[in-house]
Amino acid sequence: MAKPEWFVRRRIGVGVRPVTWQGWLITFAASAAAITGYLTLKKTAGDVAIVCVVAVYLLIALASGGTKRAKLGPGVVDDDQASTGQVDVAVTPVHAPTFDAQSASEIAEAIVTQSGRFAGQSEAGYASSDAVIVVDHLTKQFGERVAFRDVSFSVNRGEVFGFLGPNGAGKTSTVRTLSTLVIPTSGSASVAGIDLTTRNGFEIRQRIAVMTELPGLYLRLSVTENLEFFAGLYGFRNAQARIDRALEAVNLTSRAGDLSGSLSKGLRQRVGLARALLNDPEIVFLDEPTAGLDPVASLEVHDLINALRAKGVTVFLTTHRLDEAEKLCDRVAILNTTLRTVGRIDDLRQRMFRKGIVVTTASPLANPDAVFKSVASVESWTSDAGNYVITVNDVRSAAPDVTRALVRAGADVLSIVESRHSLEEVYLELVGATEKGGAQ
Amino acid sequence: MSLSSTRIRAVIRKEFREYRRNRFIIYTMATLPIFFMALPVIELFNIPASSDAAIVRTQVDVTMLLMLVIPVVLPATIAAYSVIGERDQGTLEPLLTTPISREEFLLGKSLAATIPSIAMAYLFFLVLVVAVRLASPSVVVHAVWKPSWFVAEVLFAPLLAGWSVWVGTAISARSSDVRVAQQLGTLASLPALVLPLLMVLQVFRPTALTAVVLALSLAIIDVGAWRVVSLMFDRERLITGKRAVSMRIDAPS
Repeated sequence: MAKPEWFVRRRIGVGVRPVTWQGWLITFAASAAAITGYLTLKKTAGDVAIVCVVAVYLLIALASGGTKRAKLGPGVVDDDQASTGQVDVAVTPVHAPTFDAQSASEIAEAIVTQSGRFAGQSEAGYASSDAVIVVDHLTKQFGERVAFRDVSFSVNRGEVFGFLGPNGAGKTSTVRTLSTLVIPTSGSASVAGIDLTTRNGFEIRQRIAVMTELPGLYLRLSVTENLEFFAGLYGFRNAQARIDRALEAVNLTSRAGDLSGSLSKGLRQRVGLARALLNDPEIVFLDEPTAGLDPVASLEVHDLINALRAKGVTVFLTTHRLDEAEKLCDRVAILNTTLRTVGRIDDLRQRMFRKGIVVTTASPLANPDAVFKSVASVESWTSDAGNYVITVNDVRSAAPDVTRALVRAGADVLSIVESRHSLEEVYLELVGATEKGGAQ
Repeated sequence: MSLSSTRIRAVIRKEFREYRRNRFIIYTMATLPIFFMALPVIELFNIPASSDAAIVRTQVDVTMLLMLVIPVVLPATIAAYSVIGERDQGTLEPLLTTPISREEFLLGKSLAATIPSIAMAYLFFLVLVVAVRLASPSVVVHAVWKPSWFVAEVLFAPLLAGWSVWVGTAISARSSDVRVAQQLGTLASLPALVLPLLMVLQVFRPTALTAVVLALSLAIIDVGAWRVVSLMFDRERLITGKRAVSMRIDAPS
């Protein structure tokens, strides 16, 4: 990294102004020396005028300068552009090579590719070319307490990505890290194609929206006033059309003038959602968006999430509602301080559970072991609340054989279905065992 | 660093809307100076027309310098609430996920606390000088209607308010409890009163030159305080209660 200059030439007027702490130190030392010298001199009108000029200069320098002026990199949007709504930047992701905890061969490979990412990870499927969030061995510690450790995954553009885990698993800390509120302890990440660094915070926050678990509304302001405020923070001057669109999307147009404090929890949640839509984000982080909503309102939120997906917006959904995740998410990740798994729900099922058939009979079989063992493709069977759960190596070929065996045994068969494991079972398998182990 | 006036205005407008909806803030702002200033002002109006000019001048000095207490005391509580209050009502996290910079946020917050305080200070000053003109003997009018008092009020009210606001905001950005922040904010604004107090006690009598130097020093302190408080503003600490540690992933060089 290039060493920054202590002073830069002023754009307006003459002279230079300090931009680093060293520059300021020199400026203040010089000023202190000048003031001391002045105080020892006989004061004339000219002396006073000089002091005034120097002081005015310092004031202007202080007001327009900064101690941490960063060099703007590619794709960086100036605040003025944001405030005038002229944000039209083709972002070129700039990946700084990061070598934490990598082997020498991986470092060499990263240097060769100059991408800072490792081929092996791409092949593992968490850094596809269309990824808008790439998390690479990310860790966050608060003192001795580990919020999450060595987490790696990617989220593709237009995907609804479920982020699941028990309380205290590190989900919210992960969202806070990716939304630049919290600085990671180690590892690297990119959000919306921009490296997650302190300097890129403004740029990232411009492209994302976060709906926190509690909507965080100003209760003394109306719905519209809340949205006007946030539109202003995004730099939009005349935002009424945006506000109207956002309110329409969450079905709140009729309540636009109501004080937020007078709304029910569910309606406040919807205002929070409307706020998350104001800046047309590339990525929306939703933390428990349906918490406290009635079933109809929940369905509306689900429709909204599907609409966002259809528009190509990436949704990072943190939820405890596994049915919701199963219904909405293209892929899920399960976190319990470390990442337990990530993938499509069907893939997780297949990966974690053997294939099987569930047979329901009107009355218990006389000798079920003989019946099921007579079928070659059956590996094992168990009885569960009047049902027989049969593990097979191939459902399509085993089902007709099992049916024939049951008929031969004179069983009154009520149903034969392929066993289907819910996301809840996957979740409990991954998290529940650990929780029980921890409790014991 | 460039500042967005749109974002700063958005913060100020939101704060003003909240003041309007919470009438107690306005009532407190309006009534506090009345109680504070009542006695010296009454004494000013009780000065007999035959009083010695030196005695009149001393009494006027006390009253007029105490007018500078208003912009110090009024914004202290509001500033001390500014950051911790947002955190307390759960609005800080959504706010910090927007592109607003800490400098813009703090500047908006401080201006929102400073503007009404200065307005109130100017209003009380105006009422006082007009009332003196209409109802006081000429010896008092001559002592009050001096350009130096007008310049002092116009110049020092915003500068002293700025001090009070930045001290309060700094405490607010570092506190974990609203009540503690407000108590400390009020206490920490008191050093700004030392200057008027020294003048009241006639420890030193300011000349035009010392007034200019003092004003410039205060202005530099105020602007410097903005930058210092901005550096103290730690998003992670405010959200999680834990201080941010240095990031091991560097910006692209």
